[in-house]
Amino acid sequence: MTARLALAGVHTHIGSYHILQGVDFDAPAGATTMLLGRNGAGKTTCLRTIMGLWRPSRGTIALGEATLSGLPASAIARAGVAYVPETMAVFADLTVRENLMLAAREGPLDERRLDWIFGFFPTLKRFWLSRAGSLSGGQKQMVSIARAIVEPRRLLLIDEPTKGLAPAIVGGLIDCLNEIKRLGATMVVVEQNFRVAREVGDFVRVMDNGRIVHAGPMAEFVADEALQARLIGLSLDSHQ
Amino acid sequence: MILSGRPPRGRTLQALVIAVTLALALAPFLFPGVKPLNVAAKVCVYALLGASYDLLLGYAGMVSFAHVMFFGVGSYGVGLALYGLGPSWGAVALGLAAGLAVSTLLALAIGLFSLRVQAIFFTMVTLAVSYAFNVLASQLDWLTGGEDGRSFRVPEILQPGFRLIDREAFGVALGGRQVSYYLVLVGCVVVFLALLRIVNSPFGRVLEAIRENPFRAEALGYRIVFHRTLATCLAAAGATFAGALNALWLRYVGPDTALAGSIQIATLVVVVIGGMGTLYGAILGAALFVVAQNYLQTLLGAVSTAAGDAGLPLLPGLFHPDRWLLWLGLLFILAVYFAPAGLVGALSREDDTTP
Repeated sequence: MTARLALAGVHTHIGSYHILQGVDFDAPAGATTMLLGRNGAGKTTCLRTIMGLWRPSRGTIALGEATLSGLPASAIARAGVAYVPETMAVFADLTVRENLMLAAREGPLDERRLDWIFGFFPTLKRFWLSRAGSLSGGQKQMVSIARAIVEPRRLLLIDEPTKGLAPAIVGGLIDCLNEIKRLGATMVVVEQNFRVAREVGDFVRVMDNGRIVHAGPMAEFVADEALQARLIGLSLDSHQ
Repeated sequence: MILSGRPPRGRTLQALVIAVTLALALAPFLFPGVKPLNVAAKVCVYALLGASYDLLLGYAGMVSFAHVMFFGVGSYGVGLALYGLGPSWGAVALGLAAGLAVSTLLALAIGLFSLRVQAIFFTMVTLAVSYAFNVLASQLDWLTGGEDGRSFRVPEILQPGFRLIDREAFGVALGGRQVSYYLVLVGCVVVFLALLRIVNSPFGRVLEAIRENPFRAEALGYRIVFHRTLATCLAAAGATFAGALNALWLRYVGPDTALAGSIQIATLVVVVIGGMGTLYGAILGAALFVVAQNYLQTLLGAVSTAAGDAGLPLLPGLFHPDRWLLWLGLLFILAVYFAPAGLVGALSREDDTTP
C-alpha cells in the first residue's frame, strides 16, 4: 500500500515555456511532503506532471516499483494516485453524492468511509444531494478533497487545500490530512498556509525556477528562519 | 424503475410529458386521419432521434453531423433488405441487424480516429463522413435506387390494406396502418427507455463529468476516448433504430427521407428546444417541432385570410403560408432566447437544497 514517490531529472515544457528544469525529489512512503516555493516556481506544474496532466519531456517519475512517467492520467489514477487541484475542481452539474461516486472506482460508496469523511466535513452530509455547482467555494474544496479520499489511495497530490477555506474548517482539514497519513498514504502537498504546512508536513521540498533548491525534514526547516527567508522570502512565523 | 429512477422534474414538466405520451399512445383514436397519424409517427421517430442525439450533445458534449447518417443506415438497412428479400419479418430483422452493425463499426471508426485529438476534429470528421455517405447513397444507383430511392413492401400485418379486426374500435377501423404506428411507437419507447437507463447509469455520470472537464475526469481514472467512443456507438445505434422504424412507417427509403441535411438540422432543433442533457426534452422538442412544421402553414393561412378579410395592410403577406419557415425560425430564436436550457430546463423544478 505505502509507496515512495521519486522524481529524477524531470523536465516539463508547456508550449514554448520550459517550466520544470530537471526536478529531482523524493516523497518518502507514508509521509507528508510539503512542496513550497514562490509563486511561479513550478509547484502546480510539478503536481500536474506527476499526475500525467502534463507529459514530462525528460526524466522519470516512479511510485514504488511502478514507473508513472509516460502513462496517461487515467492510468496513473488507476495506479492509486489522486489529485486535488487548487481550483475547487468539482463537477458542477453533478450532486455531491455523484461527485464522490465518480471517484469510487472500486465499487459502491463505502458507508463507513463516508461517515469517516463526514466526521471531517459535516457540511457534505448536509448538502449530499445538492448540485456541487451550487455550493460555496469552501464547500467545493471539501468535495474536491473528499473525492480524493473516498477510497484508499497510494499517493495523494494536493494543491493548496486550504485555499478558500474558513479558519474553522482548516482545523478539520489538518486532522483529515494527518489521519490519511496515519492510514499509510504518501502525500505531496503544495500549501501557502504555513501553519498547515508545519502541522501536516514531515518533509519539505522547496522549488525555485523549476528546480528543487532545498530538501530536508520539516522540523529543521521550521527551526531555521534564515533558510526560510533565503528560500521563500519570508519566515514561516510571519504567515501565521 | 421503468424511468431508471429519474422521472421528469417538476409537476408542469411531468404533466406535459405525460400529456404528449398519452396523446401519442392514443393518436390513432384521437386523431384518426392520415395526416395526424403521420405527424404522430414523425413525432415518435424524431423523439427517439433527438434523444439519441442528446446522448452525444447533451451528455457527452460532442457535436456530431453524422447522426443523420446513422439514421440513414437504419433506414437503408431495413428498406433494402425488404426490397431485396421480400416482405418478411426475417428481412426486417436482418436489415436492422446489418444497419446496427454498419452504424456501430462506422461510429467506432469515427470515434477512434478522431477523438484522440480535439473535439472540433470529431465534428469535422463526422461532417465529412456524413457528406461522403450521402454522395455514396446517391451514386450507388444499382443498390440504393439513387436519388429516387426504393419503395418496398412491408410484412402483411403492416400493410395499409390489412384488417386487424373486422369491427371498428372507438370508431376507428384497425388495420395495418395502426399496427405500423404502434410498432413505431413501441419501438421508440423501448429504445428511449434504454437510453434513459444508459444516461442514468454510472456511465452516464462519467459522460457528464467528461463534458464538464475532460482532464478532471481523466485524473479520476476514466479513459476519455473509450467513453466518448462508446457514447458515439450507442447514439449511433439509437439513430439506426429510429431510421429503421421510419423506413417501416414510410415503406420507402431515399436520400430525402433518410439522409437529408434538413433531418440533421431538425434533430438539433428538437434537442435544443426541448433542452439538452435531459432526454425528456427530446419528446417535447419533437412534439413542438413536428407539429409546428406540419400545422404552422395551416395556421398562417388562416391568419393571413383573416387579416386579408379585415382589410389589414401588410399582414396577409407577412402571414402567408409560404413564409412558414421564417416563422419557424423566429420561434426557434425566441425559444433559445427565452429558454436557453430548453423547455425542460425552463419547466424543471430546482429541488436542490441550495446552501
